[in-house]
Amino acid sequence: MTEELLSMQDINKSFPGVKALDHVSLSLLRGEVHGLIGENGAGKSTLMKILSGVYQKDSGQIVWHGKPLEIHNTKEATAAGISIIYQELNLMPNLSIQENVFLGRERSKGKFLVDFKKTQEEALKYMDMVGLKVPPSTLVKDLSIAQRQMVEVAKALSTNAQLIVMDEPTSSLTDRETEILMNVIRSLRASGVTIVFISHRLNELFEISDRITVLRDGSCIGTVVTKECTEDQLIQMMVGRELNDIYPKSKVEIGGPVLKVEHLNSGSVIRDVSFEVRSGEILGFAGLVGAGRSEVMRAVFGIDPYDSGEIVVDGKKLGRHEPIDAIRAGIGFVPEDRKLMGLILDMTVRENTTLPCLREEMHGGVISRTREKEITETYVRQLSIKTPGIEQHVVNLSGGNQQKVVIAKWLATHPKVLILDEPTRGIDVGAKKEIHALMSELTKSGVAIIMISSELPEVLGMSDRIVVMHGGRNCGELTRAEATQEKIMSIILNAGN
Amino acid sequence: MNQNTAKNREGGFFRSIVKSSSFGIIVILFAMCLIMTIAVGDKFLSQSNLLSVFRQFSFYGILAIGMCMVIITGGIDISVGSIFALSGVIACMAIAKWGLSTPIGVLLGILAGALFGYFNGACVTVLKLPPMITTLGSMSIARGIAYTITGGYPIGSLPDSFKFIGLGYILNIPTPIVLMVILAIVVSLFLRKTIIGRWIYAIGGNEEGSRISGVRVDKIKRMVYSLNGVMAAVSGIATAARLGVGQSTAGQGYEMDAIAAVVIGGASLSGGSGGILGAVVGAAIMGVLRNALVLLSVSAYWQQTVIGSVIILAVALDNLRHLKKKR
Repeated sequence: MTEELLSMQDINKSFPGVKALDHVSLSLLRGEVHGLIGENGAGKSTLMKILSGVYQKDSGQIVWHGKPLEIHNTKEATAAGISIIYQELNLMPNLSIQENVFLGRERSKGKFLVDFKKTQEEALKYMDMVGLKVPPSTLVKDLSIAQRQMVEVAKALSTNAQLIVMDEPTSSLTDRETEILMNVIRSLRASGVTIVFISHRLNELFEISDRITVLRDGSCIGTVVTKECTEDQLIQMMVGRELNDIYPKSKVEIGGPVLKVEHLNSGSVIRDVSFEVRSGEILGFAGLVGAGRSEVMRAVFGIDPYDSGEIVVDGKKLGRHEPIDAIRAGIGFVPEDRKLMGLILDMTVRENTTLPCLREEMHGGVISRTREKEITETYVRQLSIKTPGIEQHVVNLSGGNQQKVVIAKWLATHPKVLILDEPTRGIDVGAKKEIHALMSELTKSGVAIIMISSELPEVLGMSDRIVVMHGGRNCGELTRAEATQEKIMSIILNAGN
Repeated sequence: MNQNTAKNREGGFFRSIVKSSSFGIIVILFAMCLIMTIAVGDKFLSQSNLLSVFRQFSFYGILAIGMCMVIITGGIDISVGSIFALSGVIACMAIAKWGLSTPIGVLLGILAGALFGYFNGACVTVLKLPPMITTLGSMSIARGIAYTITGGYPIGSLPDSFKFIGLGYILNIPTPIVLMVILAIVVSLFLRKTIIGRWIYAIGGNEEGSRISGVRVDKIKRMVYSLNGVMAAVSGIATAARLGVGQSTAGQGYEMDAIAAVVIGGASLSGGSGGILGAVVGAAIMGVLRNALVLLSVSAYWQQTVIGSVIILAVALDNLRHLKKKR
């Protein structure tokens, strides 16, 4: 079957400040399993969301069954025969399987009454196709993740979908369940349904897909026939970019370990993680979204509880602690989401900057306005924070300057260790460089820095050592000298097997 | 218009009045007084009436001071009416029935308020119950305890030293008014100038962000609820002193006036903004409103309706303020 089912041509999509898709083209044949891979931010989700009607393309064409198709919303996409199964699944846990399958499209008797008999019959038909052998009246919350995935597939089939997009379907499945899913995909393919399979697991893509398309930085790098390509070729396509940004890295004397984390465990999210960071060093944490890096840092800082493990700062052990204890021990934490966790948006630059250091800097519990001004203005100068004044409410600052305020507030506590979680995310190039320069400056004065970043060039450019995490584990460490993007990706992709 | 520029929260007292968002409601307050003077002349503007209005709203004002702190942290406490009654009853019991001196009796009453407030705080922070639900339950618990202690009977035969708190004068100003003004100044300074005050606003502005910045959120919340209990106790004891009777049925519905006063005063129910000045002016507006209805011979039943409508209007305007902010 080599008839073309779908052709997306020259698709462009921009969001404020970011070009998510740049002249991307994708062609899908009938009855094929088409793999879609790329790093975080490559544009996979955006492309699929345009296809499923969640986003509107800025320009480009979609040709479906040889005819141009405009998709304005999810209903139109479903009506055309396009279905998407999200990684987080889109089911109502408190409703039954059959209710979920027909949600919004209930089989009815007349206008008002639900036709339960019909609903059950039809639900059974689709459940059979995917091998789901439980009663259709079972509540979704009583199903395993794998079974829930099957409900989603059944739902897609019930809409007579000719194209089903699966976004990371195996990320929460065991090996056995994955095998079952693969079989379902094979039988769907045999009956003429096209599947787009988004995954980071190369072994699965090699097992099930007919062709693979690689996206990188919003562009389509190419489409290959699976049988004719190798893993190395794919990695090269995913990652091969010139490192033309020069990262400000100074020669710094690296001292002894300031923070030691040993055998940290928390549920299934953090699994036996150990690492240490030394004074004057920048330790990069690489990994995919969901690898557990933020979770580890939140546990180290005392935001989230953990099951077991030791956290030692400068020789002193931190027991079950709260952020205030971590701050007192000398740790600072710039969180991933600066608006939700890093700042108090309604407050001013001054109030935000001084919040963690009030106890240390003020006498007798009373706040001295003059001292506050002093402290804030010092850091506004040092970090070149662009603000009309220290009384400006931070909600009015640009992203880059907001981030600088967050960093300023931690610098005011004179930390020994500074943890930065995605410090340059969503920030313009200029501010990015300034933050990198700041990090280098800090290391000169002996501060140890931990930097979580999903941008491999940044990790490689700034770090002295890199910890690669996947599935909650520390999967490997690389020194600055030996680290390359390919090696990091390789560790990640191999850990997934 | 940003409700809560830091300048308002901190600068000099008079500067803050003029520059702050409270200026708007102060104007409204004066406008109301003007209208009333035009409408009924001396009946409103006489010294006796004004003193009476002032004294009357002082009791609500003290409640509003406590409620303001709770609302700034993003919480709410509808049990204050019951704490009001319980504290009054305990103070009266201590003095009239257990023979303790006035200061000790009053202290016991205040302690009861503090402890009950702490209980509210503990439920919210440790058990993680939503404040509305917690105080809905504790409202009945406190009331029940008050009924049980008194057996339903009012407690009379209170000594003059006690009644002074409600009926007396300090420097020719009625004691309740003095109490309210002192408490307003102290708490206002506390909120605007101390580290803990800053933390209270921070918690209301962004609880998680505050926690990450080292604020002991749970501890501060418990303290705030406890202080609210103290305010409710002071108001309840002063009212019992004024009436010369400790009644377990006192204070019913007072939580609504307190909340309305705080919201009219500019605080947002979602936390992070508001101030004592606004809360007191809000209480004054409610007080003048009640007085107006009486002087204009509006039936007592309609008074209920009007007060209720004002409360809804106040919260609706608060929501509007927020929507505008978001744009």
